[in-house]
Amino acid sequence: MADMIKKATRESYGEALVELADINEKVVVLDADLAEATKSGMFKKKCPERFFDCGIAEANLVGTAAGLATCGKIPFISSFAMFLAGRAFEQIRNSIGYPHMNVKICATHAGISVGEDGATHQCNEDIALMRAIPGMTVISPSDHIEAKAAVKAAADFEGPVYIRFGRVAAPVFNTSDDYKFEIGKGLLLRDGKDVTIVATGLMVYESLLAAEALAEQGIDARVINIHTIKPIDKDIIIKAAKETGAILTVEEHSVIGGLGEAVAAVTAEEAPVKVVKIGMNDKFGYSGPALELLKLEGLCADNIAAKAKALAESK
Amino acid sequence: MNETTKKELMITACKIRMGIIEGVYNAKSGHPGGSLSMTDVLTYLYFKEMNVDPQNPKWEDRDRFVLSKGHCAPALYSALAHKGFFPVEELKTLRKVGARLQGHPDMKGTPGVDMTSGSLGQGVSAAGGMALAAKIDNKDYRVYAYLGDGEIEEGQVWEAAMFAAHKKLDNLCVIVDFNGLQIDGAITDVNSPCPIPEKYEAFGFNVITIDAHDFDQIEAAFEQAKTVKGKPTAIIAVSTKGKGVSYMLNKASWHGAAPNKEQYDIAMEELKAELAALEE
Ligand SMILES: Cc1ncc(C[n+]2csc(CCOP(=O)(O)OP(=O)(O)O)c2C)c(N)n1
Ligand SMILES: [Mg+2]
Repeated sequence: MADMIKKATRESYGEALVELADINEKVVVLDADLAEATKSGMFKKKCPERFFDCGIAEANLVGTAAGLATCGKIPFISSFAMFLAGRAFEQIRNSIGYPHMNVKICATHAGISVGEDGATHQCNEDIALMRAIPGMTVISPSDHIEAKAAVKAAADFEGPVYIRFGRVAAPVFNTSDDYKFEIGKGLLLRDGKDVTIVATGLMVYESLLAAEALAEQGIDARVINIHTIKPIDKDIIIKAAKETGAILTVEEHSVIGGLGEAVAAVTAEEAPVKVVKIGMNDKFGYSGPALELLKLEGLCADNIAAKAKALAESK
Repeated sequence: MNETTKKELMITACKIRMGIIEGVYNAKSGHPGGSLSMTDVLTYLYFKEMNVDPQNPKWEDRDRFVLSKGHCAPALYSALAHKGFFPVEELKTLRKVGARLQGHPDMKGTPGVDMTSGSLGQGVSAAGGMALAAKIDNKDYRVYAYLGDGEIEEGQVWEAAMFAAHKKLDNLCVIVDFNGLQIDGAITDVNSPCPIPEKYEAFGFNVITIDAHDFDQIEAAFEQAKTVKGKPTAIIAVSTKGKGVSYMLNKASWHGAAPNKEQYDIAMEELKAELAALEE
Protein backbone atom coordinates (compact mmCIF):
# COMPACT_ATOMS: atom_id res chain seq x y z
CA MET A 1 0.00 0.00 0.00
CA ALA A 2 3.06 2.20 0.37
CA ASP A 3 3.31 3.63 -3.13
CA MET A 4 -0.38 4.34 -3.51
CA ILE A 5 -1.55 7.24 -5.66
CA LYS A 6 -2.64 10.23 -3.61
CA LYS A 7 -5.23 12.83 -4.47
CA ALA A 8 -7.17 15.39 -2.48
CA THR A 9 -10.93 14.83 -2.60
CA ARG A 10 -11.43 18.50 -3.55
CA GLU A 11 -9.67 17.58 -6.83
CA SER A 12 -12.15 14.77 -7.26
CA TYR A 13 -14.93 17.32 -6.77
CA GLY A 14 -13.51 19.50 -9.54
CA GLU A 15 -13.12 16.55 -11.89
CA ALA A 16 -16.65 15.31 -11.24
CA LEU A 17 -18.04 18.81 -11.89
CA VAL A 18 -16.27 18.93 -15.24
CA GLU A 19 -17.89 15.63 -16.19
CA LEU A 20 -21.28 16.81 -14.97
CA ALA A 21 -21.01 19.88 -17.20
CA ASP A 22 -21.57 17.65 -20.21
CA ILE A 23 -24.07 15.27 -18.64
CA ASN A 24 -26.47 17.65 -16.95
CA GLU A 25 -27.21 21.11 -18.26
CA LYS A 26 -29.18 22.03 -15.17
CA VAL A 27 -26.01 22.01 -13.13
CA VAL A 28 -24.76 25.47 -12.16
CA VAL A 29 -21.75 26.09 -9.93
CA LEU A 30 -21.31 28.90 -7.42
CA ASP A 31 -18.26 29.77 -5.36
CA ALA A 32 -17.22 32.48 -2.92
CA ASP A 33 -13.77 33.68 -4.02
CA LEU A 34 -12.17 30.30 -3.41
CA ALA A 35 -12.63 28.66 -6.82
CA GLU A 36 -8.93 27.86 -7.10
CA ALA A 37 -8.81 26.15 -3.71
CA THR A 38 -12.17 24.37 -3.82
CA LYS A 39 -11.47 23.29 -7.43
CA SER A 40 -14.81 24.56 -8.65
CA GLY A 41 -12.53 26.63 -10.89
CA MET A 42 -12.16 23.52 -13.05
CA PHE A 43 -15.83 23.81 -13.92
CA LYS A 44 -15.42 27.54 -14.52
CA LYS A 45 -12.80 26.77 -17.17
CA LYS A 46 -14.95 24.17 -18.83
CA CYS A 47 -18.26 25.97 -18.61
CA PRO A 48 -17.86 29.66 -17.71
CA GLU A 49 -21.47 30.50 -18.60
CA ARG A 50 -22.76 28.25 -15.82
CA PHE A 51 -20.23 29.34 -13.19
CA PHE A 52 -20.88 32.25 -10.83
CA ASP A 53 -18.35 33.71 -8.42
CA CYS A 54 -20.35 35.37 -5.66
CA GLY A 55 -17.33 36.96 -4.05
CA ILE A 56 -16.67 36.82 -0.33
CA ALA A 57 -20.34 36.64 0.58
CA GLU A 58 -21.33 33.14 1.64
CA ALA A 59 -24.75 33.97 3.06
CA ASN A 60 -25.80 35.51 -0.23
CA LEU A 61 -24.32 32.59 -2.13
CA VAL A 62 -26.53 30.15 -0.23
CA GLY A 63 -29.65 32.25 -0.74
CA THR A 64 -28.90 32.69 -4.44
CA ALA A 65 -28.53 28.92 -4.81
CA ALA A 66 -31.92 28.44 -3.17
CA GLY A 67 -33.48 30.82 -5.69
CA LEU A 68 -31.81 29.07 -8.60
CA ALA A 69 -33.12 25.74 -7.30
CA THR A 70 -36.70 27.03 -7.25
CA CYS A 71 -36.30 27.61 -11.00
CA GLY A 72 -35.15 24.08 -11.74
CA LYS A 73 -31.38 24.57 -11.65
CA ILE A 74 -29.16 22.18 -9.72
CA PRO A 75 -26.69 24.43 -7.90
CA PHE A 76 -23.42 23.00 -6.65
CA ILE A 77 -22.07 25.54 -4.21
CA SER A 78 -18.63 25.57 -2.73
CA SER A 79 -16.41 27.29 -0.23
CA PHE A 80 -14.48 26.05 2.79
CA ALA A 81 -16.56 23.97 5.23
CA MET A 82 -16.14 26.68 7.86
CA PHE A 83 -17.70 29.34 5.68
CA LEU A 84 -20.59 27.22 4.33
CA ALA A 85 -21.70 24.94 7.15
CA GLY A 86 -20.38 27.45 9.66
CA ARG A 87 -20.84 30.99 8.37
CA ALA A 88 -23.99 30.30 6.41
CA PHE A 89 -25.58 27.73 8.69
CA GLU A 90 -28.81 29.54 9.18
CA GLN A 91 -29.23 30.34 5.49
CA ILE A 92 -28.64 26.66 4.74
CA ARG A 93 -31.14 25.65 7.40
CA ASN A 94 -33.92 28.02 6.44
CA SER A 95 -33.45 28.60 2.69
CA ILE A 96 -32.21 25.15 1.66
CA GLY A 97 -33.13 22.70 4.41
CA TYR A 98 -36.64 23.78 5.36
CA PRO A 99 -37.94 24.17 1.77
CA HIS A 100 -35.99 21.00 0.87
CA MET A 101 -34.15 22.59 -2.05
CA ASN A 102 -32.22 20.59 -4.59
CA VAL A 103 -28.91 22.25 -3.72
CA LYS A 104 -25.60 20.41 -3.35
CA ILE A 105 -23.45 22.00 -0.69
CA CYS A 106 -19.89 21.00 -1.51
CA ALA A 107 -17.61 22.07 1.29
CA THR A 108 -13.87 21.66 1.00
CA HIS A 109 -11.06 22.11 3.53
CA ALA A 110 -12.97 20.32 6.27
CA GLY A 111 -11.32 19.23 9.51
CA ILE A 112 -7.89 19.93 10.94
CA SER A 113 -6.09 18.70 7.82
CA VAL A 114 -6.56 22.30 6.64
CA GLY A 115 -3.23 22.63 8.44
CA GLU A 116 -1.36 25.92 8.70
CA ASP A 117 -4.35 28.28 8.41
CA GLY A 118 -5.27 27.20 11.94
CA ALA A 119 -8.39 27.11 14.08
CA THR A 120 -10.45 29.77 12.31
CA HIS A 121 -10.36 27.70 9.13
CA GLN A 122 -10.48 24.16 10.56
CA CYS A 123 -14.13 23.17 10.67
CA ASN A 124 -14.64 20.25 13.04
CA GLU A 125 -18.33 20.92 13.51
CA ASP A 126 -19.82 20.74 10.01
CA ILE A 127 -21.09 17.17 10.24
CA ALA A 128 -22.81 17.97 13.53
CA LEU A 129 -24.41 21.12 12.11
CA MET A 130 -25.56 19.56 8.86
CA ARG A 131 -26.83 16.33 10.50
CA ALA A 132 -29.10 18.37 12.69
CA ILE A 133 -31.02 19.79 9.72
CA PRO A 134 -34.11 17.71 8.89
CA GLY A 135 -33.93 16.12 5.45
CA MET A 136 -30.27 16.93 4.83
CA THR A 137 -28.16 14.14 3.35
CA VAL A 138 -24.61 14.26 4.71
CA ILE A 139 -21.75 12.59 2.88
CA SER A 140 -18.08 12.38 3.81
CA PRO A 141 -16.12 10.51 1.12
CA SER A 142 -12.96 8.60 1.96
CA ASP A 143 -10.95 8.94 -1.23
CA HIS A 144 -10.87 10.16 -4.81
CA ILE A 145 -12.95 7.33 -6.28
CA GLU A 146 -15.63 7.65 -3.63
CA ALA A 147 -15.69 11.43 -3.79
CA LYS A 148 -16.27 11.47 -7.53
CA ALA A 149 -18.99 8.87 -7.21
CA ALA A 150 -20.61 10.86 -4.41
CA VAL A 151 -20.79 14.03 -6.53
CA LYS A 152 -22.40 12.12 -9.38
CA ALA A 153 -24.87 10.46 -7.02
CA ALA A 154 -25.73 13.81 -5.46
CA ALA A 155 -26.50 15.24 -8.91
CA ASP A 156 -28.95 12.40 -9.57
CA PHE A 157 -30.53 12.65 -6.13
CA GLU A 158 -33.44 15.01 -5.51
CA GLY A 159 -32.96 17.10 -2.36
CA PRO A 160 -30.33 18.91 -0.34
CA VAL A 161 -26.98 17.18 0.03
CA TYR A 162 -23.92 18.23 2.01
CA ILE A 163 -20.62 16.74 0.85
CA ARG A 164 -17.40 17.28 2.77
CA PHE A 165 -14.05 17.27 0.96
CA GLY A 166 -10.49 17.49 2.20
CA ARG A 167 -7.56 19.71 1.41
CA VAL A 168 -4.68 17.20 1.64
CA ALA A 169 -3.73 14.57 -0.86
CA ALA A 170 -5.10 11.28 0.42
CA PRO A 171 -4.37 7.69 -0.64
CA VAL A 172 -6.68 6.39 -3.36
CA PHE A 173 -7.48 2.93 -2.00
CA ASN A 174 -10.86 2.18 -3.55
CA THR A 175 -10.62 0.58 -6.97
CA SER A 176 -12.72 2.05 -9.73
CA ASP A 177 -13.70 -1.30 -11.31
CA ASP A 178 -15.56 -2.78 -8.39
CA TYR A 179 -16.46 0.38 -6.48
CA LYS A 180 -20.18 1.00 -6.09
CA PHE A 181 -21.54 4.07 -4.34
CA GLU A 182 -25.01 4.14 -2.94
CA ILE A 183 -26.23 7.02 -0.77
CA GLY A 184 -26.97 5.72 2.71
CA LYS A 185 -25.15 2.40 2.33
CA GLY A 186 -22.12 1.69 4.48
CA LEU A 187 -19.35 -0.45 3.09
CA LEU A 188 -17.84 -3.46 4.79
CA LEU A 189 -14.18 -3.14 3.84
CA ARG A 190 -12.79 -5.87 6.03
CA ASP A 191 -14.57 -8.53 8.00
CA GLY A 192 -13.63 -9.29 11.59
CA LYS A 193 -15.10 -10.57 14.83
CA ASP A 194 -13.16 -9.03 17.73
CA VAL A 195 -14.01 -5.36 17.32
CA THR A 196 -15.46 -3.02 14.67
CA ILE A 197 -13.82 0.16 13.47
CA VAL A 198 -16.34 2.51 11.88
CA ALA A 199 -14.68 5.36 10.03
CA THR A 200 -15.44 8.17 7.63
CA GLY A 201 -13.47 10.44 5.29
CA LEU A 202 -9.70 10.47 5.59
CA MET A 203 -9.88 8.11 8.54
CA VAL A 204 -11.13 5.12 6.54
CA TYR A 205 -7.75 4.35 5.04
CA GLU A 206 -6.02 4.87 8.38
CA SER A 207 -8.47 2.38 9.89
CA LEU A 208 -7.61 -0.20 7.24
CA LEU A 209 -3.94 0.24 8.10
CA ALA A 210 -4.79 -0.13 11.77
CA ALA A 211 -6.73 -3.35 11.09
CA GLU A 212 -3.71 -4.79 9.30
CA ALA A 213 -1.49 -3.97 12.25
CA LEU A 214 -4.06 -5.48 14.61
CA ALA A 215 -4.17 -8.69 12.58
CA GLU A 216 -0.47 -9.12 13.21
CA GLN A 217 -1.21 -8.91 16.91
CA GLY A 218 -3.94 -11.54 16.60
CA ILE A 219 -6.85 -9.12 16.76
CA ASP A 220 -9.47 -9.54 14.09
CA ALA A 221 -10.94 -6.09 13.43
CA ARG A 222 -13.86 -5.39 11.17
CA VAL A 223 -13.66 -2.11 9.19
CA ILE A 224 -16.72 -0.26 8.00
CA ASN A 225 -16.69 2.83 5.81
CA ILE A 226 -19.63 5.10 6.57
CA HIS A 227 -19.52 7.61 3.72
CA THR A 228 -23.12 8.66 4.28
CA ILE A 229 -23.47 9.92 7.81
CA LYS A 230 -27.08 10.83 7.26
CA PRO A 231 -29.17 8.83 6.60
CA ILE A 232 -26.90 6.36 8.35
CA ASP A 233 -26.80 2.67 7.47
CA LYS A 234 -28.32 1.23 10.63
CA ASP A 235 -28.23 -2.38 9.48
CA ILE A 236 -24.50 -2.55 8.98
CA ILE A 237 -23.93 -0.96 12.38
CA ILE A 238 -26.40 -3.16 14.29
CA LYS A 239 -24.93 -6.26 12.67
CA ALA A 240 -21.42 -5.18 13.62
CA ALA A 241 -22.48 -4.42 17.17
CA LYS A 242 -24.08 -7.82 17.57
CA GLU A 243 -21.29 -9.77 15.92
CA THR A 244 -18.23 -7.99 17.34
CA GLY A 245 -19.58 -6.57 20.59
CA ALA A 246 -17.67 -3.30 20.51
CA ILE A 247 -17.30 -0.34 18.15
CA LEU A 248 -14.58 2.24 17.70
CA THR A 249 -15.55 5.25 15.61
CA VAL A 250 -12.98 7.43 13.87
CA GLU A 251 -13.56 10.81 12.28
CA GLU A 252 -11.66 13.99 11.47
CA HIS A 253 -14.35 16.00 13.26
CA SER A 254 -15.44 16.80 16.77
CA VAL A 255 -16.49 13.82 18.86
CA ILE A 256 -19.56 15.93 19.56
CA GLY A 257 -22.35 15.48 17.04
CA GLY A 258 -20.45 13.64 14.36
CA LEU A 259 -20.09 10.06 13.14
CA GLY A 260 -19.39 8.73 16.62
CA GLU A 261 -22.56 10.05 18.12
CA ALA A 262 -24.57 9.02 15.07
CA VAL A 263 -23.30 5.46 15.47
CA ALA A 264 -23.79 5.49 19.24
CA ALA A 265 -27.38 6.64 18.76
CA VAL A 266 -28.06 3.60 16.60
CA THR A 267 -26.43 1.10 18.96
CA ALA A 268 -27.95 2.63 22.08
CA GLU A 269 -31.43 2.02 20.72
CA GLU A 270 -30.97 -1.19 18.86
CA ALA A 271 -27.91 -3.11 20.01
CA PRO A 272 -26.22 -1.59 23.06
CA VAL A 273 -22.47 -2.18 23.02
CA LYS A 274 -19.52 -0.08 24.08
CA VAL A 275 -18.79 2.70 21.55
CA VAL A 276 -15.46 4.52 21.86
CA LYS A 277 -14.90 7.63 19.79
CA ILE A 278 -11.75 9.01 18.17
CA GLY A 279 -12.04 12.58 16.91
CA MET A 280 -11.34 16.12 18.01
CA ASN A 281 -11.97 16.05 21.74
CA ASP A 282 -14.03 19.19 22.30
CA LYS A 283 -11.17 21.50 21.39
CA PHE A 284 -10.19 23.91 18.65
CA GLY A 285 -7.47 23.09 16.18
CA TYR A 286 -4.23 24.99 15.68
CA SER A 287 -1.65 25.77 13.00
CA GLY A 288 0.82 23.22 11.70
CA PRO A 289 1.41 20.86 8.79
CA ALA A 290 -1.71 18.74 8.18
CA LEU A 291 -0.14 15.34 8.68
CA GLU A 292 1.58 16.44 11.86
CA LEU A 293 -1.71 17.72 13.27
CA LEU A 294 -3.54 14.49 12.41
CA LYS A 295 -0.86 12.52 14.26
CA LEU A 296 -0.90 14.83 17.27
CA GLU A 297 -4.66 14.45 17.55
CA GLY A 298 -4.53 10.69 17.30
CA LEU A 299 -6.17 10.64 13.89
CA CYS A 300 -3.76 8.05 12.57
CA ALA A 301 -3.41 4.28 12.22
CA ASP A 302 -1.20 3.87 15.31
CA ASN A 303 -3.69 5.42 17.67
CA ILE A 304 -6.65 3.72 16.01
CA ALA A 305 -4.94 0.35 16.45
CA ALA A 306 -4.09 1.07 20.08
CA LYS A 307 -7.62 2.17 20.92
CA ALA A 308 -9.19 -0.73 19.02
CA LYS A 309 -6.91 -3.19 20.83
CA ALA A 310 -7.81 -1.79 24.23
CA LEU A 311 -11.47 -1.90 23.30
CA ALA A 312 -11.34 -5.50 22.05
CA GLU A 313 -9.54 -6.54 25.23
CA SER A 314 -12.02 -4.75 27.47
CA LYS A 315 -14.98 -6.78 26.25
CA MET B 1 5.53 65.36 8.36
CA ASN B 2 9.17 66.21 8.83
CA GLU B 3 11.74 64.34 6.77
CA THR B 4 13.42 62.62 9.73
CA THR B 5 10.17 61.16 10.99
CA LYS B 6 9.19 60.09 7.51
CA LYS B 7 12.54 58.39 6.98
CA GLU B 8 12.26 56.60 10.30
CA LEU B 9 8.81 55.32 9.39
CA MET B 10 10.02 54.19 5.98
CA ILE B 11 12.89 52.32 7.61
CA THR B 12 10.53 50.64 10.07
CA ALA B 13 8.11 49.73 7.28
CA CYS B 14 10.95 48.15 5.35
CA LYS B 15 11.95 46.07 8.39
CA ILE B 16 8.34 45.04 8.89
CA ARG B 17 8.21 43.88 5.28
CA MET B 18 11.32 41.80 5.86
CA GLY B 19 9.62 40.23 8.87
CA ILE B 20 6.62 39.36 6.71
CA ILE B 21 8.78 37.60 4.16
CA GLU B 22 10.75 35.87 6.93
CA GLY B 23 7.57 34.53 8.53
CA VAL B 24 5.84 33.36 5.39
CA TYR B 25 9.04 31.82 3.99
CA ASN B 26 9.68 29.82 7.15
CA ALA B 27 6.04 28.75 7.41
CA LYS B 28 6.04 27.70 3.75
CA SER B 29 2.53 29.15 3.60
CA GLY B 30 0.66 32.34 4.44
CA HIS B 31 -0.42 35.56 2.79
CA PRO B 32 2.32 37.95 1.67
CA GLY B 33 0.41 40.05 -0.92
CA GLY B 34 -2.10 41.78 1.33
CA SER B 35 0.40 41.92 4.19
CA LEU B 36 2.77 43.96 2.07
CA SER B 37 0.06 46.28 0.73
CA MET B 38 -1.00 47.31 4.25
CA THR B 39 2.47 47.66 5.76
CA ASP B 40 2.93 51.42 5.48
CA VAL B 41 -0.38 52.32 7.07
CA LEU B 42 0.15 49.68 9.74
CA THR B 43 3.60 51.08 10.45
CA TYR B 44 2.16 54.55 10.85
CA LEU B 45 -0.50 53.24 13.25
CA TYR B 46 1.88 51.34 15.53
CA PHE B 47 4.84 53.71 15.36
CA LYS B 48 3.21 57.12 15.22
CA GLU B 49 -0.49 57.04 15.93
CA MET B 50 -1.63 54.42 18.38
CA ASN B 51 -1.28 54.67 22.11
CA VAL B 52 -0.14 51.17 23.07
CA ASP B 53 2.35 49.75 25.56
CA PRO B 54 4.30 46.64 24.58
CA GLN B 55 5.10 46.08 28.27
CA ASN B 56 1.42 46.10 29.11
CA PRO B 57 -0.44 44.72 26.11
CA LYS B 58 -3.79 44.54 27.92
CA TRP B 59 -3.62 48.12 29.25
CA GLU B 60 -7.27 49.19 29.53
CA ASP B 61 -6.90 52.62 27.98
CA ARG B 62 -4.88 51.58 24.96
CA ASP B 63 -6.00 52.24 21.43
CA ARG B 64 -7.27 49.04 19.81
CA PHE B 65 -6.38 47.48 16.48
CA VAL B 66 -8.46 44.79 14.82
CA LEU B 67 -7.10 43.01 11.79
CA SER B 68 -10.42 42.22 10.18
CA LYS B 69 -8.55 40.80 7.18
CA GLY B 70 -6.99 38.25 9.50
CA HIS B 71 -5.07 36.40 6.79
CA CYS B 72 -2.62 39.33 6.83
CA ALA B 73 -1.41 38.20 10.26
CA PRO B 74 2.21 38.17 9.04
CA ALA B 75 2.06 41.99 8.80
CA LEU B 76 0.46 42.39 12.22
CA TYR B 77 2.94 40.00 13.86
CA SER B 78 5.88 41.75 12.26
CA ALA B 79 4.63 45.17 13.40
CA LEU B 80 4.02 43.88 16.93
CA ALA B 81 7.46 42.23 17.07
CA HIS B 82 9.22 45.37 15.88
CA LYS B 83 7.24 47.39 18.39
CA GLY B 84 8.53 45.13 21.16
CA PHE B 85 5.54 42.94 22.03
CA PHE B 86 7.64 39.82 21.41
CA PRO B 87 11.04 39.00 19.88
CA VAL B 88 11.50 39.60 16.14
CA GLU B 89 13.16 36.17 16.02
CA GLU B 90 9.80 34.63 16.91
CA LEU B 91 8.44 35.60 13.47
CA LYS B 92 10.17 32.47 12.16
CA THR B 93 7.80 30.29 14.19
CA LEU B 94 4.76 31.49 12.21
CA ARG B 95 2.19 28.73 11.63
CA LYS B 96 4.30 26.05 13.30
CA VAL B 97 2.97 23.51 15.78
CA GLY B 98 2.93 25.03 19.26
CA ALA B 99 3.65 28.57 18.04
CA ARG B 100 1.95 31.64 19.47
CA LEU B 101 1.85 33.03 15.96
CA GLN B 102 -1.13 31.15 14.54
CA GLY B 103 -2.05 31.27 10.87
CA HIS B 104 -4.73 33.80 11.76
CA PRO B 105 -4.63 36.14 14.79
CA ASP B 106 -5.44 34.50 18.13
CA MET B 107 -5.95 37.04 20.90
CA LYS B 108 -5.67 34.35 23.58
CA GLY B 109 -2.12 33.46 22.65
CA THR B 110 -0.37 36.46 21.15
CA PRO B 111 0.60 39.60 23.08
CA GLY B 112 -0.71 42.71 21.36
CA VAL B 113 -3.44 41.00 19.37
CA ASP B 114 -6.68 42.71 20.38
CA MET B 115 -9.12 40.47 18.55
CA THR B 116 -9.19 36.98 17.08
CA SER B 117 -9.91 37.08 13.35
CA GLY B 118 -9.57 35.15 10.10
CA SER B 119 -13.15 34.67 9.07
CA LEU B 120 -13.60 37.74 6.88
CA GLY B 121 -16.15 40.38 7.76
CA GLN B 122 -16.25 39.67 11.47
CA GLY B 123 -13.42 41.74 12.90
CA VAL B 124 -14.97 45.05 12.00
CA SER B 125 -18.07 44.22 14.06
CA ALA B 126 -15.88 43.50 17.07
CA ALA B 127 -14.14 46.82 16.48
CA GLY B 128 -17.55 48.49 16.63
CA GLY B 129 -18.16 46.77 19.95
CA MET B 130 -14.87 48.07 21.32
CA ALA B 131 -15.71 51.59 20.19
CA LEU B 132 -19.12 51.31 21.80
CA ALA B 133 -17.51 50.14 25.06
CA ALA B 134 -15.35 53.27 25.05
CA LYS B 135 -18.48 55.40 24.75
CA ILE B 136 -20.20 53.50 27.58
CA ASP B 137 -17.15 53.92 29.83
CA ASN B 138 -16.41 57.50 28.78
CA LYS B 139 -12.94 56.58 27.65
CA ASP B 140 -11.07 58.30 24.90
CA TYR B 141 -9.21 55.43 23.30
CA ARG B 142 -9.67 54.94 19.57
CA VAL B 143 -10.33 51.76 17.62
CA TYR B 144 -8.85 50.92 14.22
CA ALA B 145 -10.07 48.11 11.98
CA TYR B 146 -8.26 47.05 8.81
CA LEU B 147 -10.41 45.52 6.08
CA GLY B 148 -9.65 44.01 2.68
CA ASP B 149 -11.37 45.31 -0.44
CA GLY B 150 -12.51 41.76 -1.14
CA GLU B 151 -13.58 41.36 2.46
CA ILE B 152 -16.04 44.22 2.15
CA GLU B 153 -18.13 42.00 -0.13
CA GLU B 154 -19.35 40.39 3.11
CA GLY B 155 -22.76 41.70 4.15
CA GLN B 156 -21.65 41.81 7.78
CA VAL B 157 -19.22 44.62 6.93
CA TRP B 158 -22.16 46.80 5.97
CA GLU B 159 -24.18 45.76 8.99
CA ALA B 160 -21.22 46.95 11.04
CA ALA B 161 -21.02 50.19 9.05
CA MET B 162 -24.71 50.92 9.54
CA PHE B 163 -24.37 50.28 13.27
CA ALA B 164 -21.23 52.40 13.72
CA ALA B 165 -22.74 55.39 11.94
CA HIS B 166 -26.06 55.08 13.70
CA LYS B 167 -24.39 54.89 17.10
CA LYS B 168 -22.13 57.85 16.15
CA LEU B 169 -18.95 55.92 16.88
CA ASP B 170 -16.54 58.72 16.00
CA ASN B 171 -13.82 56.83 17.89
CA LEU B 172 -13.91 54.14 15.22
CA CYS B 173 -11.76 54.33 12.12
CA VAL B 174 -11.94 51.63 9.47
CA ILE B 175 -9.26 51.35 6.83
CA VAL B 176 -9.98 49.56 3.56
CA ASP B 177 -6.92 48.15 1.83
CA PHE B 178 -7.90 49.02 -1.72
CA ASN B 179 -5.38 46.88 -3.58
CA GLY B 180 -7.91 45.83 -6.21
CA LEU B 181 -7.33 42.09 -5.82
CA GLN B 182 -8.90 39.17 -4.01
CA ILE B 183 -8.17 35.45 -4.44
CA ASP B 184 -10.08 34.75 -7.64
CA GLY B 185 -8.80 37.89 -9.37
CA ALA B 186 -9.63 41.60 -9.60
CA ILE B 187 -12.38 42.69 -7.23
CA THR B 188 -14.10 44.36 -10.18
CA ASP B 189 -14.25 41.00 -11.98
CA VAL B 190 -15.31 38.81 -9.05
CA ASN B 191 -18.12 40.69 -7.30
CA SER B 192 -17.35 44.38 -7.39
CA PRO B 193 -17.78 46.32 -4.15
CA CYS B 194 -17.09 49.57 -6.03
CA PRO B 195 -17.54 52.46 -5.71
CA ILE B 196 -16.15 52.13 -2.19
CA PRO B 197 -15.87 55.75 -0.93
CA GLU B 198 -19.41 56.52 -2.09
CA LYS B 199 -20.75 53.46 -0.26
CA TYR B 200 -19.17 54.51 3.02
CA GLU B 201 -20.40 58.05 2.52
CA ALA B 202 -23.91 56.77 1.96
CA PHE B 203 -23.62 54.79 5.18
CA GLY B 204 -22.85 57.99 7.04
CA PHE B 205 -19.08 57.84 7.37
CA ASN B 206 -16.48 60.55 7.12
CA VAL B 207 -14.51 59.24 4.12
CA ILE B 208 -10.91 59.97 3.17
CA THR B 209 -9.17 58.45 0.17
CA ILE B 210 -5.38 58.27 0.28
CA ASP B 211 -2.33 56.73 -1.32
CA ALA B 212 -1.52 53.92 1.13
CA HIS B 213 2.20 54.25 0.49
CA ASP B 214 2.53 57.99 1.10
CA PHE B 215 3.24 58.82 4.76
CA ASP B 216 2.19 62.46 4.41
CA GLN B 217 -1.23 61.43 3.18
CA ILE B 218 -1.47 58.71 5.82
CA GLU B 219 -0.72 61.20 8.58
CA ALA B 220 -3.14 63.79 7.24
CA ALA B 221 -5.92 61.21 7.10
CA PHE B 222 -5.52 59.97 10.67
CA GLU B 223 -5.18 63.53 11.97
CA GLN B 224 -8.35 64.60 10.17
CA ALA B 225 -10.22 61.52 11.41
CA LYS B 226 -9.60 62.52 15.03
CA THR B 227 -11.19 65.93 14.49
CA VAL B 228 -14.48 64.62 13.12
CA LYS B 229 -17.23 64.36 15.71
CA GLY B 230 -20.41 62.27 15.54
CA LYS B 231 -19.33 60.02 12.67
CA PRO B 232 -16.97 57.10 12.21
CA THR B 233 -14.23 57.51 9.61
CA ALA B 234 -13.39 55.27 6.66
CA ILE B 235 -9.95 55.63 5.14
CA ILE B 236 -9.85 54.16 1.66
CA ALA B 237 -6.18 53.32 1.30
CA VAL B 238 -5.31 52.83 -2.36
CA SER B 239 -2.44 50.37 -2.33
CA THR B 240 -0.39 47.97 -4.39
CA LYS B 241 -0.65 44.32 -3.45
CA GLY B 242 2.82 42.86 -2.88
CA LYS B 243 4.37 46.33 -2.35
CA GLY B 244 8.12 46.11 -1.72
CA VAL B 245 8.84 42.86 -3.56
CA SER B 246 9.09 43.34 -7.31
CA TYR B 247 7.79 39.98 -8.47
CA MET B 248 4.79 40.06 -6.12
CA LEU B 249 3.50 43.45 -7.29
CA ASN B 250 -0.16 43.39 -8.32
CA LYS B 251 -0.29 39.62 -8.65
CA ALA B 252 -3.35 37.76 -7.32
CA SER B 253 -1.18 34.62 -7.34
CA TRP B 254 0.86 36.03 -4.44
CA HIS B 255 -2.21 36.44 -2.28
CA GLY B 256 -1.66 33.22 -0.40
CA ALA B 257 1.61 31.67 -1.55
CA ALA B 258 5.00 31.45 0.14
CA PRO B 259 8.27 32.22 -1.66
CA ASN B 260 10.72 29.38 -2.20
CA LYS B 261 14.40 29.79 -1.22
CA GLU B 262 15.37 31.52 -4.43
CA GLN B 263 12.39 33.86 -4.31
CA TYR B 264 13.04 34.50 -0.63
CA ASP B 265 16.62 35.55 -1.41
CA ILE B 266 15.46 37.93 -4.13
CA ALA B 267 12.82 39.49 -1.87
CA MET B 268 15.27 39.95 0.98
CA GLU B 269 17.91 41.44 -1.30
CA GLU B 270 15.43 43.94 -2.66
CA LEU B 271 14.29 44.94 0.81
CA LYS B 272 17.86 45.12 2.13
CA ALA B 273 18.81 47.38 -0.74
CA GLU B 274 15.83 49.60 0.01
CA LEU B 275 16.80 49.70 3.67
CA ALA B 276 20.44 50.53 2.87
CA ALA B 277 19.35 53.39 0.62
CA LEU B 278 17.11 54.76 3.37
CA GLU B 279 19.77 54.46 6.04
CA GLU B 280 22.45 56.23 3.98
C1 LIG C 1 -15.67 34.38 5.56
C2 LIG C 1 -14.46 34.05 4.77
N1 LIG C 1 -14.60 33.62 3.50
C3 LIG C 1 -13.53 33.29 2.78
C4 LIG C 1 -12.27 33.36 3.32
C5 LIG C 1 -11.06 32.94 2.52
N2 LIG C 1 -10.25 34.10 2.10
C6 LIG C 1 -9.14 34.46 2.77
S1 LIG C 1 -8.41 35.82 2.16
C7 LIG C 1 -9.59 35.97 0.95
C8 LIG C 1 -9.51 37.09 -0.04
C9 LIG C 1 -9.43 38.40 0.64
O1 LIG C 1 -9.26 39.43 -0.26
P1 LIG C 1 -9.07 40.92 0.29
O2 LIG C 1 -10.08 41.17 1.33
O3 LIG C 1 -9.05 41.81 -0.86
O4 LIG C 1 -7.66 40.82 1.03
P2 LIG C 1 -6.23 41.40 0.60
O5 LIG C 1 -6.24 41.69 -0.85
O6 LIG C 1 -6.04 42.64 1.39
O7 LIG C 1 -5.25 40.33 0.99
C10 LIG C 1 -10.53 34.93 1.06
C11 LIG C 1 -11.68 34.73 0.16
C12 LIG C 1 -12.16 33.81 4.65
N3 LIG C 1 -10.97 33.89 5.27
N4 LIG C 1 -13.26 34.15 5.35
MG1 LIG D 1 -7.64 42.97 -1.82
